[in-house]
Amino acid sequence: MIGRDLLGIEDLDRSDIERILQTAEHMGEIGEREVKKVPTLRGRTLVNLFFEPSTRTQTSFEIAGKRLSADVVNFSPRSSSLTKAESILDTARTLDAMDPDAVVVRHAVAGVPKRIADVLEAPVINAGDGAHEHPTQALLDLFTVRREKGRIDGLTVTIVGDIVHSRVARSNIYGFLKMGAEVRLAAPPPMIPAAVETLGVKAFTSLREALDGADVVMALRIQNERFAGSYFPSVREYAATFGIDRATLRYAKDDAIVMHPGPVNRGVELSHDLADHRPSVILDQVRNGVSIRMAVLYLISGRLHRGGVA
Amino acid sequence: MSRLIGHGRPGILKGANAALLTPSRETDKGATLTQDEVQEKAPGEPRGARNGPRTILDETGIRRTLMRIAHEILERTEDPGLLYLVAIPNGGVPLAREIARNLRQIAGIDVAVGILDTTLYRDDLTTTAERPLLRLTEMPSAVDGRIVILVDDVVKTGRTIRAAMDALMDFGRPQVVQVVGLVDRGHRELPIKLDYVGKNVPTSPNENLRLRGDAGELRGRLELVLEPSDAADSDDSSRSARKGGGA
Amino acid sequence: MTRMLIRGGRILDPSEDRDEAGDVLIEAGTISEIAAGLDVPGAEVLDAKGAWVAPGFVDLHCHLREPGQEYKEDIASGGRAAVAGGFTAVACMANTQPVNDDPAMTDFILDRALHDSPARVYPVAAATRGLEGQVMTEMVALVDAGAVAFSDDGRTIMDSGVMRRVLDYSRLVAAPVIVHCEDRTLVSDGVVNEGPVSTKLGLPGNPAVAEIVHIHRDLLLAEQVGAHLHVAHVSTAGGVEAIRRARERGVQVTAEVTPHHLTLTDEATLGYDTNTKVAPPLRGEADVRACRAGLVDGTLDAIATDHAPHALHEKELDFASAPHGLIGLETAAAVVLDLVRSGELTPLEWVRRLSTNPARILRKSGGSLAVGASADLVVIDPERRWTYDPVKGHSKSRNSPWAGQTLTGRVVATVVGGRLVYHVDRGILV
Repeated sequence: MIGRDLLGIEDLDRSDIERILQTAEHMGEIGEREVKKVPTLRGRTLVNLFFEPSTRTQTSFEIAGKRLSADVVNFSPRSSSLTKAESILDTARTLDAMDPDAVVVRHAVAGVPKRIADVLEAPVINAGDGAHEHPTQALLDLFTVRREKGRIDGLTVTIVGDIVHSRVARSNIYGFLKMGAEVRLAAPPPMIPAAVETLGVKAFTSLREALDGADVVMALRIQNERFAGSYFPSVREYAATFGIDRATLRYAKDDAIVMHPGPVNRGVELSHDLADHRPSVILDQVRNGVSIRMAVLYLISGRLHRGGVA
Repeated sequence: MSRLIGHGRPGILKGANAALLTPSRETDKGATLTQDEVQEKAPGEPRGARNGPRTILDETGIRRTLMRIAHEILERTEDPGLLYLVAIPNGGVPLAREIARNLRQIAGIDVAVGILDTTLYRDDLTTTAERPLLRLTEMPSAVDGRIVILVDDVVKTGRTIRAAMDALMDFGRPQVVQVVGLVDRGHRELPIKLDYVGKNVPTSPNENLRLRGDAGELRGRLELVLEPSDAADSDDSSRSARKGGGA
Repeated sequence: MTRMLIRGGRILDPSEDRDEAGDVLIEAGTISEIAAGLDVPGAEVLDAKGAWVAPGFVDLHCHLREPGQEYKEDIASGGRAAVAGGFTAVACMANTQPVNDDPAMTDFILDRALHDSPARVYPVAAATRGLEGQVMTEMVALVDAGAVAFSDDGRTIMDSGVMRRVLDYSRLVAAPVIVHCEDRTLVSDGVVNEGPVSTKLGLPGNPAVAEIVHIHRDLLLAEQVGAHLHVAHVSTAGGVEAIRRARERGVQVTAEVTPHHLTLTDEATLGYDTNTKVAPPLRGEADVRACRAGLVDGTLDAIATDHAPHALHEKELDFASAPHGLIGLETAAAVVLDLVRSGELTPLEWVRRLSTNPARILRKSGGSLAVGASADLVVIDPERRWTYDPVKGHSKSRNSPWAGQTLTGRVVATVVGGRLVYHVDRGILV
């Protein structure tokens, strides 16, 4: 896996995912030590190239890199309309001259990490590109579910929310399907992507039906811009029909867990109560995020040259 | 005496009789071959040229050796209450647990056993084709001020022990660090010495030597087997992808 | 007077339904004789053995970017790319900077073309001022200045009332109104065909219905007022069907389809290559098959390239920000030969859609090798394999989805007004 890009869960097979989850299991232990550092990636350079700002994900990658003793460089090109005209590839080529061992890219438009990966020698990790994929998020979600439930095979996972605009949804769809779970989607009709059932999932416009017998309920963040775009009439109506609270949770299994990629719009996707208490495992997701990102960095950092690894 | 260990005659070594052993020969630093050991091989057979796997120590031999080592540890440790056995996975784990059991049996003391994976501290991660799989790390006790005894099955280059020491230092500041190697096969690349050695085994660098059997506990068939280098080596290969493998 | 003899080729002239081996003699810039076994001493001989000899292709739809964006193309380079692709005439769209909505601008383009372009250039003027979709342009003055048609291509006239009046007024000048059918409010921020591919890519989708709705609208309006509507770059099955039924009712409608909409599906976008980003977007398999069937049965009259050059730095932006468009003058013939190879079109019918029909739609001479016609012709070797490298091409831009591919079918020579302007071994000759 060294030098291999991580652009999406779609490109991984089950054994790749298993490998990452197993490695993450051990990385978690380092966070429990007093000296939360191992020398494994000492002298390696990790670049965070975030065209779209994100404190949570960027910090998570930064901590992950630093725990492995890597040098972490944060690079956030301003995405004003002025710099929009700058070629993404120009930025990438400039970076490549610094010889990074891994580049983490986030961008508001799908496809950018792939274009950058085509140009860079270093492996590229997609930290979220438009509505396309967010592979480390899905990996930490898979990891969290496995830790909670002991397995993923045979579970029913229901994803609720603005699916059409969600990279977290897409990556999780691929991830949970590859690991043997059944995946259901619940959303108001304009938020269900075209032909989504061709991916192997079942789409519902009734939350109750979608939750029936679910082991995992994953709520997605609703962005207010979507209402301006008329995908849904109001936050109030969304919360009333698709929001998850203890009452709606009863449609799911008794031991169902609740997940959310964060940050939560309290009272919209999740009730205040569920946002902060079991059975929601949101904080575990965050913690597991560092372990997963450490695992990914450990497994793929390093540039591939002809005839060997650098 | 050295012959007894190789041939595994039951009953000869009992707890009390273990004192009859002359430690100096067996724990000779620098992995010297005694004349006895040279003669253990089939006469005329060149070192390193084997037709197949050769058992260096079978289960009984290992148990005896570990009992002897437990005695040696007690002999040399003033304050055994400070002892902390830290096993290097996978091979060191059943060995450390057996030593702990022996110490309880001999002296009635409960010695903590930790497991410390050294993979993330390896110095050869830039040359392996794939990043090796990680193993369990479980350190139930604090390390500060303790007499830490690292336990590994096979010591060769000394790099694994070096990595283990670096890892150990990240957990705290031991008072003393010592090393138990069930087998010392020589070919040091770093100035690492073993404080307690089970057996010195001369090998050529590209032979593989590994502990075969149930990795968790010393039960069932547990042997230290010498194989020519083209045989699959599951234990060592995940420790180093370089030719020869080893610690 | 110079005489040129094109010898040994297979002559394909849809205007006379001629498909036979023979030689073509050109004198004083016109076709003077077509027969087998001609021998004309002193004539410049062009060997066409193994090749087809056809009237020069006429492109109903291309963007030459001059005035205003000469960094990506101009009339000179566009003209060279045209003749290298076998086009002896091109109609260039009005979305330049400034827009061609004024007779002076039309004049400028014609003047430039006269001096710099080896191909004939027919300017298409804007249908509304500034392409703003509000006030119609001075169509009579523009036709007098040399405009051949009217179009807001690049944009769409969203206001149906304005569209109706534009179509109505166009009857004064008997010039087609060329429409780019896309309801902007249905397209929204869509950049790829809406469907399984847009879902996989995570990019906003542009639904087929956005095109179909406007094709229906414009057909009904054209029918009402009795104008000549020409539908640009049809890409959807629903669009083809609407045009077919309108024609059956007697509506005066013509339509074109691009080489890419005949041969590429939206799956080509799966690697996020911005050279596959085009408006209307590449569609699904069913749409591509319907367009091919429409071209074959005549519902779609012509092939037009919609050659749309964009600079490297513009196409290297992220998929949402990159401009739409791909270049196609130099690859059109080889790409569309696919329909001949598949047996869907005969060579003669293929030529009709590239040459005779477009000339007829523009009401310009061309598309014919009849004796006395102006000698605009193309010699093309349908079997010749070549690797297309846009860097070595004649366009200033390189945004082609066929870059680096091996294509079959190559223009050997192009003649405009009796002059050899392009030869595959010698390049542009003027």
